[in-house]
Amino acid sequence: MSSVAATPTVPAPEAVHPRRPSTLTAYRWELRKLISQKRTYLGLALAVILPLIFVLVQNLHNRQGHDRGNIFASHITQSGLATPVLMLLFLSVFMLPLIAALVAGDIVAAEDGNGTLKTILTRSVDRGQVFAAKTLAAMAYATIAVFLSAAVATAAGVASWGFHPVITFSDSVVPAAEGLLLVLAANACYLIPLLTVTAIGVLLSTATRNSAAAVVGTVGFTILLFILAQIPGIEPIKPYLLTEQYEAWQGLLRTPTDWAPIAHSAWVCALYALPALFAAYLVFLRRDVAGG
Amino acid sequence: MTDAPPVKARGLVKRYKEVLAVDHIDLNVNVGDVYGFLGPNGAGKTTTLRMALGLIIPTEGTVELFGRDPLHEGARALEGVAGFVEAPRFYPYLSARKNLELLAALVGDGAKRRIDDVLQIVELIPRAGHRVGGFSHGMRQRLGIAAALLRRPRLLLLDEPATGLDPGGMRDMRALIRRLADEGITVLLSSHQLPEVQELCDRVAIVDSGRVVYEGALADLRRQGGAGYRLRTTDDARALEIARSQAGVEHVIGTPPAPPGLGFQAEERDVGALSLALAQAGIGILALTPELATLEDLFFRLTEANGAGGENAAEHLEQVP
Repeated sequence: MSSVAATPTVPAPEAVHPRRPSTLTAYRWELRKLISQKRTYLGLALAVILPLIFVLVQNLHNRQGHDRGNIFASHITQSGLATPVLMLLFLSVFMLPLIAALVAGDIVAAEDGNGTLKTILTRSVDRGQVFAAKTLAAMAYATIAVFLSAAVATAAGVASWGFHPVITFSDSVVPAAEGLLLVLAANACYLIPLLTVTAIGVLLSTATRNSAAAVVGTVGFTILLFILAQIPGIEPIKPYLLTEQYEAWQGLLRTPTDWAPIAHSAWVCALYALPALFAAYLVFLRRDVAGG
Repeated sequence: MTDAPPVKARGLVKRYKEVLAVDHIDLNVNVGDVYGFLGPNGAGKTTTLRMALGLIIPTEGTVELFGRDPLHEGARALEGVAGFVEAPRFYPYLSARKNLELLAALVGDGAKRRIDDVLQIVELIPRAGHRVGGFSHGMRQRLGIAAALLRRPRLLLLDEPATGLDPGGMRDMRALIRRLADEGITVLLSSHQLPEVQELCDRVAIVDSGRVVYEGALADLRRQGGAGYRLRTTDDARALEIARSQAGVEHVIGTPPAPPGLGFQAEERDVGALSLALAQAGIGILALTPELATLEDLFFRLTEANGAGGENAAEHLEQVP
């Protein structure tokens, strides 16, 4: 800055009320920040690699003539569309909640720790807008992870075993096109509990101000609920545990479609997600931003 | 609202459990001020600035920026206000330009169009495409100024902007702040670097242990600190004895071996009497020069008085001739 005198005129001080940015603008930038971070791709890589490994291993297994007596092999080789269903069954319990928690638990806490939260909160956006943008970005990430995993699983499955009619959980056969729609719908249905996990992650991220604690806390919470569900005598409350809602999507793959578990999942998840988001919002609005 | 002062704090208190970080601070920053906010580390400067920017919530009291309280009006209260608290922070994985684009998006009002101008002002155009993670401390400080200028501020709040800079960087930072002030921006400069404040500021608040121990014009403070004199004679040892016994001459200190001479404080008429007394004793005056108290002298008097700060320190200053 040795030639300060030769530099351009300082922008004129602003006395009128400028047009303030929208929440959508803040949301877009949250997505751009996610895109620019390596951590984002770690979760997405897990969502992509696991279906690929599964398909690869099953292909090798089948070539070696080990498909007899293997319940997975006997079903998935009939149609590539069985692969995304099976992957959703596997990943929905632990891996996808972990991927969602990786970003949700980090999205507020990391900025607090790095001091960038104060940088954005001293601009022209309100705290509520920043909170909404961050929550929506974390939810968008979870959604992308689910559909990316489903897309890769579908593509790998169809490439290996063809685009054929698929057998539902009720042992009825549905045409391939309808099966594809059911795969999409099942993944969309699974988003209900996964976005609830995301909401809990955002709450912990906001309250703990510590990324690791928030990520581990979110995953730990789901594990705790799984353990609770196994305790004898817990049956009356079991239908209301968040982890029990992970399987609600299976109602779509029955004939006729069983909407009851999906409707049940929707309101049970709302009981978890709405208070979590409301609490996170209040904490975010009233907190002291002293980090960094 | 436009006639309201840039910063007006009343009875500002911040308590963290047992620790009283800020203790009933009042501040008055007027339009056009380059206002120094001075204090030792831990005095409560940064906490006060955080409250002013709405980052932390006061336990008691209010702070208004151009008549608006950030606590109640949120981002609207920060219109026309920019700056940074402690070191400016950016996303290390983004380039300087991307960081500014992000911040411009969150500023709105066409701030994106000003990015090149502000980068040029802080001379970061050649590094605009580089990731901030690789920037030196000084470059981040400059980027912090650039980010602040994106808002076309009427008030700049700068917390220790020259801390961690090399001498050249400090000089350039001062020049930049001077220039911004000359262009009509009110500046609230928190610092513990006394030369920086002495060079830049016209009004100051000195805080110690969370309390304001002085607020007002820097020139008034220095006048209150008392005019001093430095005297060199043909016989400094005898001159010291005479000065100490002379009525109205106080705080006499001998400074041998270097620099030669002695220092004292006195009213003008008492200086005349001392000159006559020295002449009568056969001591020649080689030099007699007035000296204003430096900000450093005053700062230490205010913040170290009785080891207690607060009102005691202010009283101590008033007692100094």
